[in-house]
Amino acid sequence: MSSAISSREYLQRRSFIELDARTRAKSLFDSRTDRELAGPFDRIESPWLPLQGVTPQADDGCIVMRGTIGGRQAVVIAFDGAFQGGGIGEVSGAKLTSALDLACRDSQEGKPTSAVLLLETGGVRLQEANLGLAAVAEIISSIIALRQYAPVISVIAGPIGCFGGMSLAAGVSSYIVMTPEGRLGLNGPEVIEEESGVEEFDASDRSLIWSIYGGQQRYNQGLVDVLVDDDANQMIETVRDLIAQGIPEVHRSQQVDLYRSRITALDTSTQWDPAVVLWSAASLARPTGRDQRPTDDKKEHHQ
Amino acid sequence: MEQFEFNYPAKRKIPKRAHVGVVGSGDLEVLLEPIDSPTASVRIRTSVDGFKTTWKAVLDRFFGRYDGAVHIEINDAGATPGAVSLRLQQAVEASES
Amino acid sequence: MSNFTGIRGRVWFKALTGQEKSMPGDLSSVLATDVSIGDENARFLCVVPDPDSRFPCARHGEVGLEQAYTLAARIREVIAADRSGKKRPIIAIVDVKSQAYGRREEIAGIHLAAAEAADAYATARFAGHPLITLIVGQAISGGFLTHGYQANRLLAFADDDVLIHAMHKEPAARITRRTVAQLEELAKSVTPLSYNIRDYAKLGLLYRLLPVSNLEAPSPEEISLVRNAIVEAIADTRKGPTDLRNRFESADAQIARKATRLIRARLAEQWNQ
Repeated sequence: MSSAISSREYLQRRSFIELDARTRAKSLFDSRTDRELAGPFDRIESPWLPLQGVTPQADDGCIVMRGTIGGRQAVVIAFDGAFQGGGIGEVSGAKLTSALDLACRDSQEGKPTSAVLLLETGGVRLQEANLGLAAVAEIISSIIALRQYAPVISVIAGPIGCFGGMSLAAGVSSYIVMTPEGRLGLNGPEVIEEESGVEEFDASDRSLIWSIYGGQQRYNQGLVDVLVDDDANQMIETVRDLIAQGIPEVHRSQQVDLYRSRITALDTSTQWDPAVVLWSAASLARPTGRDQRPTDDKKEHHQ
Repeated sequence: MEQFEFNYPAKRKIPKRAHVGVVGSGDLEVLLEPIDSPTASVRIRTSVDGFKTTWKAVLDRFFGRYDGAVHIEINDAGATPGAVSLRLQQAVEASES
Repeated sequence: MSNFTGIRGRVWFKALTGQEKSMPGDLSSVLATDVSIGDENARFLCVVPDPDSRFPCARHGEVGLEQAYTLAARIREVIAADRSGKKRPIIAIVDVKSQAYGRREEIAGIHLAAAEAADAYATARFAGHPLITLIVGQAISGGFLTHGYQANRLLAFADDDVLIHAMHKEPAARITRRTVAQLEELAKSVTPLSYNIRDYAKLGLLYRLLPVSNLEAPSPEEISLVRNAIVEAIADTRKGPTDLRNRFESADAQIARKATRLIRARLAEQWNQ
C-alpha cells in the first residue's frame, strides 16, 4: 500500500476477505495446529430463529478454533457475515464469551492464550434482541478480563464491517487491525438516516460512508492500530506479530483524557466534513510505538 | 420455514463427514455424515415454503447417481435448484477426499 | 412515553441522593455525586437530557460522546481514589433512550467513547467496586451498553414504562420486515423479543424486579424500598465473583439461557481434548 506494487505482486496476492469465515480462521494458525470447537456437527444452533420461521445455521455463524500462532497458544473466533449479517445471537455470543473466558482461565494459570476476533457483524441480531444485547455486554466484560493476561486482537477485514454493540467490543480490544475495505462505527448510515433524518446522514452517499467509517480514515484518526491490505499473507503476519508483541502498556479505551480532550476541542456549530476530524499527527499518542503500519519491504513492523 | 425428510436406498460406505455452505441469502448449508445402515436420509429446513416437490425432484436426481450411506442435513435460505445440486456435489467431494 | 425519557432519571437521582447536580466542570447531562447508602459512601451516576447540548443528536437523553467520556472519567476517578482502600459502590441510574445517532458522533468515533465508559465500568467491577444498576425508565441498545449494562447486579422497576431492549419497537419491526403487530405477537412466545419488563425478568439477567409504580413522583416508602434493595445488592455483590456469571447461572437463566449454558459446557469440555 505504501509503495506502488507491481502487477505481478498484485496477481500473486491472495485475498483475505474472499475467504469464508472458517477458512479465514484456519489460515491464521501454524500449519496443522488448528482445531475447531463446538463446530457445525455439534449442532448447537439458535433456539430462537426457528420459532420465527428463520432457518438456523449449525454453527450459528460463529467459528471457534484453537491452536498456535507463531508458536503461541491462541483462540480465533470468526463471525460469518453471510449468516444473519454476522449478527450476535445467544449462541454465537456465548461462543465468543466462553472462548474468551477459557483463554483467560488458561492465561491465569500460566499458559497465556491470545484471542483473535474476526469481526464481520452489524451488531445485535434483532431476532434475538435482548439476549443478543446481553451477550454483547458479556463479551465486552470478558475481553477486558482476558486482555490483562494476553492480547485480544480485533480484525475488521470485510465490507460488512463492525457496527452496533460489537464496535464497543472492538474498542476495548488490545489491538484493532483493519483493511481499507473494512468499516467501523457504532451506528451504521441507515440507522442514522432513519433516526435523525437524511439531512443528518444520507445513507446512499457511498463516498461519505467510506470517508467516515473506512479503514483508511479510522487508521488516519489513530482509532485502529494497523492497516493492512486485503492480503491473506499480510494479515497472517500482522496477527502473528501482534500476538508476539503481547499486551500493550495501555489499552486505547483506558485513555480517557487523551480521547476526551480531542472531543472537547471540536467545534460543533456546523456539520462536519470527515477530513477535518483527523486530529493532528502530533496529538496521536502512540505510547507503545505500535501504531505503525506494515510495509511490503520492511517486515519488522511492530517492534 | 418448512421442514421435510426423504429417504433413499444406499450401498456404499463413505470415508468421512463434510460440511459446506452457509445459510445466507440464496445459499444453503449441507452437513453430510456417514451412517452404518444401507440407507440415506435427508432432512431439509428451508426458509421458502411451498417447494417440497422441487426439493424431491432435485434429491431424486442426486440419489439417482449417488449411493453413499449418509445422513444429510440441509439448512436452506432460498437457494435455486442449481445451487442445491452444486452444494451437494461439493459435500460429496469433501467427504471422499 | 419516550417523550419523558430522562425525567425519571433525574427524579430518582434526586430521591436517592438528595441532589440533582453535576460535578464541577462536567456536563449538565451527567449527574454525579458521592452520598451515603447503607453504612457507606457510594458514587451515583445518571445521564439526563440536556436540550442545549452542543451535539444536536444528544439533546434528549441519548448517551453521546461527551456523556460517555464524562462517565468514564468519573468512574476512573473512583477507581484511582479507592485503589488502596475500601472499594466504593458505584450506582448507575438508567433512563436512556439510546446512544446518540449522529454524523458528528460517528466521525469522532462514538464507538470508542462508548467503549471507554463500558471499560471504566467493567474495570471498576473487576477491581472490586460493587456496581449496581437501577433501571427506572428506558435502557436501550448502545445507550445501555455504555451506561449500566456492565453492572454486577441489575435492578428494574416492575412498570410497563420500564423498557430494556436492543432497539425501539418500530425500527426493529421494519428491519426484521414485520409489522409492529406481528412483532408483538411473536414476542409472546419468543421471550428475548418482548418489550415487557416482566418478560425481560424471565431471561435471568435481573437481580430483582422492584414493585414501584410512582415512577415520576415516588413515595417515601418506595424510595426506602429501592434504597434497601440497593444495599442488599451491594452486600450480595461483595459475596460473589466480580464477573458477570450470575447472568447465566441464575435460576431463570437455567431455563431461558439453556443454549448459552450448553455452549459453555461444550466448549469447556472440548477445550483441552
